[in-house]
Amino acid sequence: MSDDRTFVIIGASQAGGWVAQTLRNEGFEGNVILLGEEPYLPYERPPLSKAALLGEVTVDSTYFWQADALEEAKIDVCLNTRVTAIDRDAKEVVTENGDRIAYDKLAITTGARVRKLPIDGADLPGVFYLRTMEDTLAIRDAVQEGATAMIVGGGWIGLECAATLTKLGCKSIVVEAADRLCGRAVTPEISDWMLKFHTGNDVDVRLSTGIEKFEGNGKLERAVLPGGDTIDCSIAVVGIGVIPNVELAQEAGLKIDNGIVVDECARTSDPDIVAAGDVTNHPNDLLGRRIRLESYENAQNQGIVAGKAMLDNTEPYSDIPWFWSDQFDANLQMIGLPQDWDETATRGDVESNEFVTFYLKSGVIDSAISVNNPRDLRVGKRLMQGQKQVTAAELEDPETKMQALLKR
Amino acid sequence: MTDANIEFHAVATTAEVTEDEPKAVSIGRMDIGIYKLDGEFYAIDDICTHAYACMTDGYIDDGQIECPLHGACFDIKTGKALTAPATVDLRPYEVKVEGDQIMVGVPKADD
Repeated sequence: MSDDRTFVIIGASQAGGWVAQTLRNEGFEGNVILLGEEPYLPYERPPLSKAALLGEVTVDSTYFWQADALEEAKIDVCLNTRVTAIDRDAKEVVTENGDRIAYDKLAITTGARVRKLPIDGADLPGVFYLRTMEDTLAIRDAVQEGATAMIVGGGWIGLECAATLTKLGCKSIVVEAADRLCGRAVTPEISDWMLKFHTGNDVDVRLSTGIEKFEGNGKLERAVLPGGDTIDCSIAVVGIGVIPNVELAQEAGLKIDNGIVVDECARTSDPDIVAAGDVTNHPNDLLGRRIRLESYENAQNQGIVAGKAMLDNTEPYSDIPWFWSDQFDANLQMIGLPQDWDETATRGDVESNEFVTFYLKSGVIDSAISVNNPRDLRVGKRLMQGQKQVTAAELEDPETKMQALLKR
Repeated sequence: MTDANIEFHAVATTAEVTEDEPKAVSIGRMDIGIYKLDGEFYAIDDICTHAYACMTDGYIDDGQIECPLHGACFDIKTGKALTAPATVDLRPYEVKVEGDQIMVGVPKADD
C-alpha cells in the first residue's frame, strides 16, 4: 500500500459508515478507522420503531454492512469506543480509556441524542426513549400484551411507536403538547389526517397536553396529567426530539450553530475535518438557507459527500429534504419543508388513505407529502428539482400522467 | 444459452408491459418485475435488496428503476445496484417473447 495516511471517523452510524464506504469506493488505500461507542456495527434506524420493535427482524439484519464486508473493505471498526476529545494541534482523537489515535483527516458523525423529559418520575424503570438499538431491545423486552403504553410526543417517533405498540397488543395513548400532531414537520391538514388515522386505529390521541409526572413504586405504574387525573400505565416511550452531539467539536473549537457548521461539501471550519448527518448545520441551495436535518437520506448522502471531500473530491450536497414514515398500513413520504406556499393540490383520495398533497409556490412545487403513493411523490421530487411549472388543476386531475409533466 | 435447469413461464402479454408501467408477476414464491426498455423486455427480482419494497412500484428513468421506499436505483437490464442504500444487485432472469406472451426463465422448482 502506497498510502500511509489514516482517516478517522467518530461515530459508527449511518453517516459514519457511508463516509468509510465512500473512502474505499473512491479508491482510498490508506487506513480507515471507524470509532463507535455502541456495541453494534452501523445499523439502520428506521426499523427501530417498526420491524425491530415488532421483533420481526434480527439485529444483524439491520446492519448496513455485515462484519465480513467491512473487513473485506479493510474498514477498521472499533466498537464500544467512546471518544472524549479531539486534539486538533496534535491531530489526534482521544478515547475514553486514554488511547490517542492520530489522524490525517477526520470525520465527525456523532449524530444526536434524545431530549430528556424534565419531569418527576421520568427516570423510573418502564420509561423509555427510542433512539438506539439498545432502546428498542429494552422496549421490546418490557412490552406486554394488554399493557397501557403512554407515548409522550406526537411527532414521527411517537406516532410510529404508537402504531407498533398497538400492533403488539398495547393500548397506546399519545400526549402531545401542541394542538396538532407532527406540527413541526407537516401542514395542519396533514396533522388532521394523522389524527383521524391514528384515532381510527384505536390510538388514544390527546392534544395540547402533557404529563405532569410519572409515579410508581420502583417502576412506572401511572402517569399524572396536569389536572391531577391519573392513567395507569406500565410503559412509556418519550419522543420529544433530539439534541445534536456537538460537544466534541465545540470543545475542539470548531464553529457551532445549531449543529456543526459545515459548507456544501461537508467541510467544517478546520480544513482537515468534515462532518455529516444529524449533527451538521449545512447550506441547502434549493431552499436558499441553512438547515439541520434528522433524516435517513441526509445521513447517507451527506456522508458520501463528506467521504469524497476527505479525498479533496468536492461535490456539493444539496438534496431536496426527503423523509418517510411507516405507521400502521400507511407509508408517508415528504419532500421539501412546507413553509411558504400559495396553492395546494391534492391528488388521490384522502378518505381512502391514498393521496399526495402538493404545495405550490408561484407554480412550482415547494413541498409535498404522500400517503401510500410514493411513486407520484417521486415524480413530484423531480418536478421540484427541475423547478418545473405545474398547475394545481393538472396535479389534481387523475387523468394527468405525472411522468408526462416531467417530459414537457 | 439454454440451461436444462431453467424453466420458462408465461407471465404476461406484451401489451401489459409498457416503457412507463412495468408489471409485477409471481412465479411460485418468486416476485419478479417485468420491464420494457427500448422495445425489449427484461425481468429482474421485484423485491428491493435493501429493504422490503416492490421495485415495480418505483420510478423508471434512464434505464434505471428507483425503489419507491428509499430511492436505491438499479439497472433494469442487469439488475445491478447503482446507488445507495442498495449494495446487492437484483437478480436478472432470461426473457423470451413467444407470440404476444412474455416468458421468464427461472430455475426449476424441484431441484
